Amino acid sequence: MTKKTKKDDTKATNFSGMSGAKVFEKMLRDQGVEVLFGYPGGVLLPIFDELHDSKIKFILTRHEQGACHMADAYARSTGKTGTVIATSGPGATNLITGLATANMDSVPMVAITGQVKSSLIGNDAFQEADVTGITRPVTKHNFLVKDVKDLGRIIKEAFYIASSGRPGPVLVDIPVDATTALLDGEPDMEMALPGYKPRGGKGNERQIKLAAKAINDAERPVLYVGGGVILSGASDVLREVAIKGNIPTTTTLMGLGAFDESHPLSLKMLGMHGTAYANHAVQACDCLISVGARFEDRVTGDLTKFAPHAKIIHLDIDPASISKNVMVDIPLVGDAKCILEQMLPHIKDGKREAWIKQIDGWKKKFPLTYKAEGKIKPQEVCEMLGKLTDHDAIIATGVGQHQMWTAQFYGWKKPRQIITSGGLGTMGFGVPAAIGAQFGNPDKLVVDIDGDGSFSMTMVEIITSVQNNLPTKFIVLDNDYLGMVRQWQQLFYNKRYSATPHKCPDFTLIAKGFGAEARTVTDRSELEDAMKEMINSKGTYVLHVRVEPEENVFPMVAAGKALDDMIHGELI
Amino acid sequence: MKHVISAIVQNESGVLAHVAGMFAARGYNIDSLVVGRTEDERFSRMTIVVIGDDRILEQVRKQLEKLITVVRVRDFLGADCLLRDLMLIRVHALPDKRTEITSLVDLFRGRVVDVSKSSIMVELAGTEEKLEAFIDLVRPYGIRELARTGVIAMQRGQTTTSDNEEK
Ligand SMILES: Cc1cc2nc3c(=O)[nH]c(=O)nc-3n(C[C@H](O)[C@H](O)[C@H](O)COP(=O)(O)OP(=O)(O)OC[C@H]3O[C@@H](n4cnc5c(N)ncnc54)[C@H](O)[C@@H]3O)c2cc1C
Ligand SMILES: Cc1ncc(C[n+]2csc(CCOP(=O)(O)OP(=O)(O)O)c2C)c(N)n1
Ligand SMILES: [Mg+2]
Repeated sequence: MTKKTKKDDTKATNFSGMSGAKVFEKMLRDQGVEVLFGYPGGVLLPIFDELHDSKIKFILTRHEQGACHMADAYARSTGKTGTVIATSGPGATNLITGLATANMDSVPMVAITGQVKSSLIGNDAFQEADVTGITRPVTKHNFLVKDVKDLGRIIKEAFYIASSGRPGPVLVDIPVDATTALLDGEPDMEMALPGYKPRGGKGNERQIKLAAKAINDAERPVLYVGGGVILSGASDVLREVAIKGNIPTTTTLMGLGAFDESHPLSLKMLGMHGTAYANHAVQACDCLISVGARFEDRVTGDLTKFAPHAKIIHLDIDPASISKNVMVDIPLVGDAKCILEQMLPHIKDGKREAWIKQIDGWKKKFPLTYKAEGKIKPQEVCEMLGKLTDHDAIIATGVGQHQMWTAQFYGWKKPRQIITSGGLGTMGFGVPAAIGAQFGNPDKLVVDIDGDGSFSMTMVEIITSVQNNLPTKFIVLDNDYLGMVRQWQQLFYNKRYSATPHKCPDFTLIAKGFGAEARTVTDRSELEDAMKEMINSKGTYVLHVRVEPEENVFPMVAAGKALDDMIHGELI
Repeated sequence: MKHVISAIVQNESGVLAHVAGMFAARGYNIDSLVVGRTEDERFSRMTIVVIGDDRILEQVRKQLEKLITVVRVRDFLGADCLLRDLMLIRVHALPDKRTEITSLVDLFRGRVVDVSKSSIMVELAGTEEKLEAFIDLVRPYGIRELARTGVIAMQRGQTTTSDNEEK
């Protein structure tokens, strides 16, 4: 994602005499904003008055957190920058979880908050909060607009910062008087960011040749692919590199879809709940090629024992990512797509028969499994959805066991297919995320696979889906537990289920009350029929599936263990 | 290892919060931090002394550079540069001890800037080590009050921090 700011016709515009609110509306359109998610409030009245007959589609959500996740998922699923607006004080503080979620996963987003009158800032005025202070640690950058003449320029800068280099959320806090004031003369719209020089583009040719040589010399290389490949749009050239060198490829949770999992070179996901064959391959490899991934602890396990035999190549757009957790042998700084394209001609055709054979052995010995007996298993729901949707739907998730089963069993083919909170792990992300993705992809099938706990946190946004006539689908894998935490209690706290039994209401009744279609399924025999009914339905649909309560996610690398020290299920 | 980092930052409100916040959030401890104007009114210079191993310092530098309002960053470790710390110190000094103390001040090329009945105030600039040595020597007389600016740094010779394309 190194796109520069979009076509810029602000130069031709006569801003003199415009109100701040008008400048705001105009600048958003210039930045290509089509959909704005949010919630109004006192200090935003001038802006909402402008939005009333604007071409920008405004989506009123039921909570600012929902709006923020929607803007985030809109961005993740389209690659465009998401936009959200909230009022001062409580409206702004309701955005925090959403901003932190986007920040951790490098999502391009611009958040606008209203602020009290400049003259009142710092006075504990009604609905005042120090929003730039509160959001500084959870944004890529933030601005407080002090004067209407800076407003246009700052909005331009905000969109540029959000979408360039390593993307992230940028917040612009606008005091109400800056929206009512009229511009006296033409403002300076030239961006003034002397300290911002985002990396991107090509990498150092010498380093790239060095990396290619290390790869060519390796007998047991592994490609470890992360969210950066999706942000960069590098999955096509990545596939070419992998196939040319015959290099087994694993992805992080954020990288799912960057490499087609049906390809024989795919090792699927690695890490805490990754496949055993991916984890064994990483631990045994002699060259680990990390592309747009950040060696997070859910991926590496015990750092001191991570990939002990490997020469490590790390390609990342953010120099601060390199050698942050793991000391890297060959750093490559730049955009994944550009650098892989530079590297491809230097990669020699590889056979690596012994290595592929060894990996196939692991694949046979340690497949992802479950037993479709007794109550409905959550895994079979994810797997069935994959088959019924030809592995082509956009899938949002909450956070917990259901998220991991979705990652393991859906079968990912394409980038931007999974919309999930990886870095922050935000429960409640799924419902608004599916809605946001649907706004960005009106013609695609979008399904939220959610947990009963996560769903309960934000299910109120089903109203937003219904009122906008969205065809979005929501599957609740209801296991009567905050399952992921319960699993840890079962394994490490003597089955003492403290605070994890989670009694649920009648979700179908609630969904129907919200105006959606809904159905509860408890028996395996009904499952496929219900799934098909859901997929073929026209409107918003909530499928409530009662699943085996004490099913666990395996394999599992317990916290602090080496990556190949895995707990397996009973079936292996 | 003690590192002296110099950062040219945009001269606007909130920058200090960005820098201090980054240090706090990542658990890096600041030994001293000095902010002042530069030859260009659009920018200020922050001189930050941080203690940590090279790996941590590498992260500190990269994270600083990542801040949008930080224009340039330079680690002075190993560079041929001048480091200066300025101190004001008030030492307990009854008339019979004054000459003893002022001769120490002369030896360190400090200046007596204020004298009262029972104390004198000394201004002293130099490296941190020099200041520490002076403090040790006057401690027996009794230190009433002490204030230090923290370290500022500048490279010797022709190059300026702004010439060093560290970004
Ligand atoms: C319950 C739970 C369990 C989890 N279990 C696992 C697990 O088992 N396995 C797993 O993998 N994850 C798991 N995660 C997710 C994990 O926490 C991290 O979010 C994830 O591993 C990070 O993915 P990533 O390394 O691809 O980095 P991302 O967060 O996607 O970061 C992207 C990286 O790419 C770089 N980048 C950005 N743009 C570009 C570009 N254009 N070119 C090059 N580089 C670029 C960025 O600088 C950054 O370093 C789990 C999360 C939860 C909530
Ligand atoms: C907002 C938030 N609060 C708490 C947690 C800690 N947490 C992680 S998973 C989980 C349980 C999730 O339960 P559910 O949504 O029902 O999913 P399941 O694991 O049962 O599939 C909890 C409480 C979190 N990730 N996010
Ligand atoms: Mg649950």
